[in-house]
Amino acid sequence: MMEPGLYHVLFISTALFFIGVFGFLTRRNLITMLMSIELVLNSVNINFIAFNKYVWPNQLDGLFFSIFVIAIAAAEAAVAIAIIINLYRSHQSIDVENAEDLKF
Amino acid sequence: MNEFLQIQLLGIFSLGMNLGWALVMIPLLPLLGFLLLGLFGKKFLKQSAGIFATLLLAASAFLSLHTAYGYFFKYGKSEGIYQKIVPIQFTWLQFSPGVSIDLGILLDPISVMMLVVVTFISLMVHVYSLAYMKGEERFPTYYSFLGLFTFSMLGLVMSSNIFQLYIFWELVGVSSFLLIGYYYDRPSAVAACKKAFIITRFADLGFLIGILILSFYGGTLDFNTLIEKLTSTDSTEFKTIVSASFMGISALTWALVLVFIGGAGKSALFPLHVWLPDAMEGPTPVSALIHAATMVVAGVFLVARLFPVFSMSEVALMVVSIIGIISALFAALIACTQTDIKRVLAYSTMSQIGFMMFSLGVSGQGGESGLGFTAAMFHLFTHALFKALLFLGAGSVIHFIHSNEMKDMGGLRKHLPITHITFLIACLAISGVPPFAGFFSKEEILLAAYHHNATIYWIALATSGLTSFYMFRLYFSIFWNKEHIAHGEAHGEGGFVMMLPLIVLSVGAAAAGFIPFGEYVSADGKALESVFHLQFSIAPVALGLAGIFTAMWMYKKQNNRPDTIAHSMNSFYKLAYHKFYVDELYLFVTKKILFNLIGKPAAWFDKNVVNGLVNGTGNFTLFISEKAKGFQSGKVQQYAIYFLAGMIGLAVLFIYIWK
Repeated sequence: MMEPGLYHVLFISTALFFIGVFGFLTRRNLITMLMSIELVLNSVNINFIAFNKYVWPNQLDGLFFSIFVIAIAAAEAAVAIAIIINLYRSHQSIDVENAEDLKF
Repeated sequence: MNEFLQIQLLGIFSLGMNLGWALVMIPLLPLLGFLLLGLFGKKFLKQSAGIFATLLLAASAFLSLHTAYGYFFKYGKSEGIYQKIVPIQFTWLQFSPGVSIDLGILLDPISVMMLVVVTFISLMVHVYSLAYMKGEERFPTYYSFLGLFTFSMLGLVMSSNIFQLYIFWELVGVSSFLLIGYYYDRPSAVAACKKAFIITRFADLGFLIGILILSFYGGTLDFNTLIEKLTSTDSTEFKTIVSASFMGISALTWALVLVFIGGAGKSALFPLHVWLPDAMEGPTPVSALIHAATMVVAGVFLVARLFPVFSMSEVALMVVSIIGIISALFAALIACTQTDIKRVLAYSTMSQIGFMMFSLGVSGQGGESGLGFTAAMFHLFTHALFKALLFLGAGSVIHFIHSNEMKDMGGLRKHLPITHITFLIACLAISGVPPFAGFFSKEEILLAAYHHNATIYWIALATSGLTSFYMFRLYFSIFWNKEHIAHGEAHGEGGFVMMLPLIVLSVGAAAAGFIPFGEYVSADGKALESVFHLQFSIAPVALGLAGIFTAMWMYKKQNNRPDTIAHSMNSFYKLAYHKFYVDELYLFVTKKILFNLIGKPAAWFDKNVVNGLVNGTGNFTLFISEKAKGFQSGKVQQYAIYFLAGMIGLAVLFIYIWK
């Protein structure tokens, strides 16, 4: 059995990235969109860790970066959830189409 | 004195500022009237507008009489020659050290004579209008327009340079336009004022080009310098303007003919006369002032002003005399057939102006040959008096009858005794019956023509016969013919205020001929002996009397002779009755040819190309913004797509192109 190499991991992370982007663009539910953004962030995390493991195995920069990303993602999720709740309060819906009038 | 207001006191110092102020006030008083009445007339001077304007004009008339007295008898003459005095002149627009437009006052015999004529006739018309226009809604406006006209006309005759004259020339046109269109609720008056303005404006184009050519070659706009330069045969300016030629005709002739076209437009000479009969839509006193006595002779004045230059070009003088004589005869023929009394008078005016013009055309510069010039100016003077009188008389007839048509009149001599007598005097004067004013001036014109050109003389003689015929046709039709049947309440002649100008003018029309005019006004400033040949006068006077008796035979009693005669000359009568179809020709040329060939393509170009460009710019912007609007949808996901597309684009750019 062949050990998975860098390219396999990159394939997964790229797939995950585009799945996330696709979800973000097609879903109308704000929660689902938030989840799609998490997918995109996680694909980036996978990239960091994979490059760290395969290209510079002796260093920890990639790991640190992915921890930072996770922390920021948590903060971002908190902010996003707050926005969604406020939106729901004012619009009785979390459908992104209904948020159109925010442009005014 | 600063350099912009450099008042040059030429000539005698003792007459310096005093004369200057008096002169400046002559045109400024009517201007003051115009401004005050125009701005405040409707509110504060509704009733007293007429009196106010009349008093201002009386002051102005007094000042011009004073000026005339001073000029002709005190300081005007030096060594037996009347000088051209420029008491005031300052630079108005300085374009470059050599080129400037000045404003100034030029006094010479013709301008002083015109000052008197204009202020005097204008004063008479002001007085007359007090009664005639009483109760008009726009009474102050009327007087303010009269003031504007008088100001412009006075400015015109006093101008010291040709460009200043042109400015006032246009102002005169504007005020004529305003006054013809005074009754602006009548469509015919509106059409008439537009017609007058457009035709004279069209002719002024020629005048402007003429001015440009003259000043280009002469190197100056100033009358005195221009005349001096262009009349001395050995000056460089004269040599260049004569040697420069276009289509085989020298630049001098071109310039003069173009200037003459401007004059012909203002003076209603054939073929630019069509506006004058229609201009009779204005109030009758206005017709008397503008379209008989003063403005229409501006063309004659212009030619007289530039006469020394005109006399250097045979061809230009010939054009002047041919157009003059054609207009005289042509208008006289039409006048015999018209039935609207004001139109008869309008054609008669055109005919008399034709007389003045050909008289200038047959004149020479200086000495005995300058008789034509003096005669033209003399006729201008006497014509102003009797034609204003005729129009004011016609005004009081119209005031009485409320109609312009001859067929509504007849037998008015008992109802309008003063008008009748004064009208008769004016008719005798214009017919050239001695000893009334017209006799002397017309006699001089005929004499000048006789010495110069036999053809012109014979046509002029025939025309003067026609003149007395149509004037007495008018006279008999109004005051004799059938009996007047009064219907409605009868009212009098219009009272003392209306009769006073008639009486004053009739004294002028009767006696002005005895003024030794040649002593004061001549082409070269020297006194001209007026020679009087008794045997020469026989033919014109006999013809004039023949015309009067023919008119008497036909119109004194109501009979069918006019109809029979008109019937026997059927086609010719119709031709004259329809004014030789000149109006129709104009309509044909403008509507069919100009509108179709120039107007329509121009309109098409305007509609499609010019409008297309403007609208295209707007539509393009609209289109772009309509498209751009879509980007700002407010949809988060759409923004995300743009962002993604942008990122992918950048990625492709960095990876594959800018490696």
